[in-house]
Amino acid sequence: MIHFVVLFSRQGKIRLQKWYEARPDREKKKITRELTNAILARKPKMSNFLEWKELQIVYKRYASLFFLFAVDKSDNELITLELIHRYVEVLDKYFGSVCELDIIFNFEKAYFILDELILGGELQETSKKAVIKQIEFADNYQEEEIISLALRDVGLI
Amino acid sequence: MALEAQEKVMDFMNNARQMMTEAVDRVKMPTPMRLRDLIRAIRAARTAADERAVVNKECSQIRNSFATEDTMWRCRNVAKLLYIHMLGYPAHFGQMECLKLIASSKFTDKRIGYLAAMLLLDEQQEVHLLINNCLKVDLNCPTQFVVGLALCTLGSIASIEMARDLAPEVEKLLKSSNAYIRKKAALCAFKIIRKVPELMEMFLPASRSLLSEKNHGVLITGIVLITEMSERSPDTLNHFKKVVPNLVRILKNLIMSGYSPEHDVNGISDPFLQIKILRLLRILGKDDSDTSETMNDILAQVATNTETSKNVGNAILYETVLSIMDIQSESGLRVLAVNILGRFLLNNDKNIRYVALNTLLKTVNIDANAVQRHRATVLDCLKDPDISIKRRAMELCFALTNTQNFKIMSKELISFLQAAEPEFKAQCSSAMVLSAERFAPNKRCHIDTLFDVLKTAGNYVRDDVVYNTIQLISAEMADLQPYVVHESWKAIRDTENCTEKQPLTQVSCWCIGEYGAFLLDGISVDGENLTVSEEEVILVYQKILDATHMSLVTKQYALVSVTKLSTRFPRATPKIEKIVSSFGSNVQIDLQQRGVEFKQLFDSFDHLRTALLEPMPPLERDSVMTHLDAAESDPIPSNDEGQEVNLLGDMCFTDSKVMADPLANVGNGQTNGHTVAGGGLFDLLDSQPSMDLGTNVIMDHNKTNNTLLDLLGNLDACPPSNESPSLNAENDLSNSLFGPSALGSTHLPSQNSMDLFNDSSPVVASSESMTVLSENGIKLIFEFCHGPAKDLELKITVKLVNNTEKDVSSFEFHVALPKSMQLMMPKINGGIVIGANEEKNINVITIKNPNAAVLRLRLRVSYRFQDISTPFNHQVEVNDFPAAMCSW
Repeated sequence: MIHFVVLFSRQGKIRLQKWYEARPDREKKKITRELTNAILARKPKMSNFLEWKELQIVYKRYASLFFLFAVDKSDNELITLELIHRYVEVLDKYFGSVCELDIIFNFEKAYFILDELILGGELQETSKKAVIKQIEFADNYQEEEIISLALRDVGLI
Repeated sequence: MALEAQEKVMDFMNNARQMMTEAVDRVKMPTPMRLRDLIRAIRAARTAADERAVVNKECSQIRNSFATEDTMWRCRNVAKLLYIHMLGYPAHFGQMECLKLIASSKFTDKRIGYLAAMLLLDEQQEVHLLINNCLKVDLNCPTQFVVGLALCTLGSIASIEMARDLAPEVEKLLKSSNAYIRKKAALCAFKIIRKVPELMEMFLPASRSLLSEKNHGVLITGIVLITEMSERSPDTLNHFKKVVPNLVRILKNLIMSGYSPEHDVNGISDPFLQIKILRLLRILGKDDSDTSETMNDILAQVATNTETSKNVGNAILYETVLSIMDIQSESGLRVLAVNILGRFLLNNDKNIRYVALNTLLKTVNIDANAVQRHRATVLDCLKDPDISIKRRAMELCFALTNTQNFKIMSKELISFLQAAEPEFKAQCSSAMVLSAERFAPNKRCHIDTLFDVLKTAGNYVRDDVVYNTIQLISAEMADLQPYVVHESWKAIRDTENCTEKQPLTQVSCWCIGEYGAFLLDGISVDGENLTVSEEEVILVYQKILDATHMSLVTKQYALVSVTKLSTRFPRATPKIEKIVSSFGSNVQIDLQQRGVEFKQLFDSFDHLRTALLEPMPPLERDSVMTHLDAAESDPIPSNDEGQEVNLLGDMCFTDSKVMADPLANVGNGQTNGHTVAGGGLFDLLDSQPSMDLGTNVIMDHNKTNNTLLDLLGNLDACPPSNESPSLNAENDLSNSLFGPSALGSTHLPSQNSMDLFNDSSPVVASSESMTVLSENGIKLIFEFCHGPAKDLELKITVKLVNNTEKDVSSFEFHVALPKSMQLMMPKINGGIVIGANEEKNINVITIKNPNAAVLRLRLRVSYRFQDISTPFNHQVEVNDFPAAMCSW
């Protein structure tokens, strides 16, 4: 099971964090600080895995952004890398060649996409297409709602 | 018609009016900054202080907006708050607002509201009760997106209560006709079961039908759910064994089916699903040969047919190998699996090498021989620059070491130790010691390895290595001691900077001190003839003792050792005497004390020196280890104590338990039972507060006898047969010296010293007592009914004595113990009152010491004299309990 996901920049700034288990805020902060430091200190040629307490950390860098997934020790590290890649692919498709700024300015979208891909710490959809489709559906639904509310506001419907 | 038109006009007018008022309202209260603009503003901040200013300003506006119940901008404000929260600023004040958003009818609001709930709330929050109701409503909503949001939130932040409350809803959704909802419900069920396992049964029927799905999303979530249930309950595990053929079929279809663009990853069809199936198969097939049988073929197929040029393929192979090794698979299949790992080890990709090492480590217990074949490759991985890989490789190397390959492995591991990062050195050296103990083919090889470890790991060596080595040399290397002492000599002679290899120096000093006589004999080691002159040894000692950065412990070892050498090196004795006496004025109080005391051995008690400085009897392993454990488990080890423990290995046994051993061996009637009490005496010499006492006594009383006691206390290593006559002779004197009157207010257990020197009457002090506090004529005395019982409990009666002419009131006392112990003390309401010249028992306390740690406590006392209004407060530490009463 995935325990938490953190996206952070090369400067160690958190860009997204998602927790699938309850921890107090202060502890979350401590963990992210500790892990970002540990990973930023690693050299690019090292493996993408890190043991950390009772969990293992699988991380990968895409351009200026690090994607970190904390999974159980019994989980398959290699497929977790694929899972990270899947998330990046979906982001890429959604934003159209995604970059760090897209995620900064549209962080809520990045969360929505992650929530469509992973639920409760487990992968819920293995089809890339389906994830994108569902996000787009939800976006459209939201847009239609906004338009219809606006129209209702001005009394056109 | 005209009426209708009129109505329309009226409507239009009304709307226009409403829009006008709204517009005016908006002008009155400025539109809050957009999220995008806030992010820009924050990113534009040049310094952390600037950023903080922007955030604080925005936060206060958001707060205001929240306070005025502004619904129009609530969504935007919460979104901004989420960004601020991500930057690490507090955002708890938005918690109620996200609930309001969730309760809104608008999807936009709900989307942000639920997102905020997942980020800002966690299980501990009380707002959960409120969110529960929203979730219940939304789970029954007809819109799939709203249900999806609710399920997602439940999956993220489900608490135990939530899980119980909403499980029926989730179970209903698990049977929904909509795949989008079914898959989410399956994962929610997974989460609920993790929280409240007893809810499992409710989901059993629905979960099985998930396996007949076509939709991969539902399939994979269903498999995750079934895996979780099977891992949690053996009954469910048996129940699901029936689905193995279904799983095999699904897996087969995945491998056999051609290219399906939707689920393809680098030419492999849905690796995520494949891996979840392989994992479930592993759990179902474990320890069950029939079930294993049904999956043998498919595992073989996956293992042979998977394309391995890409990471995905290897991910599947990795999972397959784990399954093959875990179930009751055919031997051929196992060979195949280990070969796959062998190929992994040679892979260029570090991740795959890491995984291979990890898996080999798991399988080494199952099939050690198969793993042995890859030893060379594993050894290569020790040189990998990646810490994760290196650590795995190191662990695997230790797992692979056996008697046959010990020499090769230890050589490699020593060179690894040499180059390794500091974080590895301690762990590796301790593991080497254990490994040598188990697998070294002979004693010589064993001791050589230990010296190699000490030499290469320098100061990173843990203390346990020092103890273990000394104990080993003392107890098990009797025939090798001449060799060891020469090795020790070479080690300290050739080490340029002993401060960087202090553990080595300590062991070497100990050996030379004990067996220094062999040094002069000369020995031929590996064709090299060694002869050592007394002068050069003493020179090296001088160097060690003078080194500024040498730790106190090392110097203690060296000083004791050089003193011992005075009887082994007859010609160097004057020189040694000079060194020892030079410590009489050392700034380190412990060394100074040793200097002063040892000096006596050269002056007034020269005749006792030879006997006192005899080599130690073989150290017993357990006693050393126990003491070490005790020291480690002690939650507040003071500096002094730690050193006391370290010294254990050299010559004075501070601990009564350890001390009892060599003495009891002699079977001398006098030692029987009573010597144990001597621990208190040694305290006199070993810890600082009592040191003062020692010197005081020297001033006041008959000098010779006292110093003799000092020496005996410190150097109990001499054979008891020598010791006893002199002890008996001092009987009376010791009584008077340590009698209660002489001791007055000190912490020294008076009875103690007498015990050691009294005749052999078997009255084990049935009620020992010690004065723990004596101030202003008020005395607090601890009386021990008996030593610690079998259940490690010690009962102490607390007696209060008032020697003054005044009444004392409001007497209160508090006791604090180290964390490892428990205190039971009946509470006394109100302060105790005690009249002039009265004494009474005020309480009985019980101390439980489950870890048998060294007993210490801190005492706080307050009281008032009748005629003085200000209370007196005292705080004392009591750590010199009578040994007999606390030898756990």
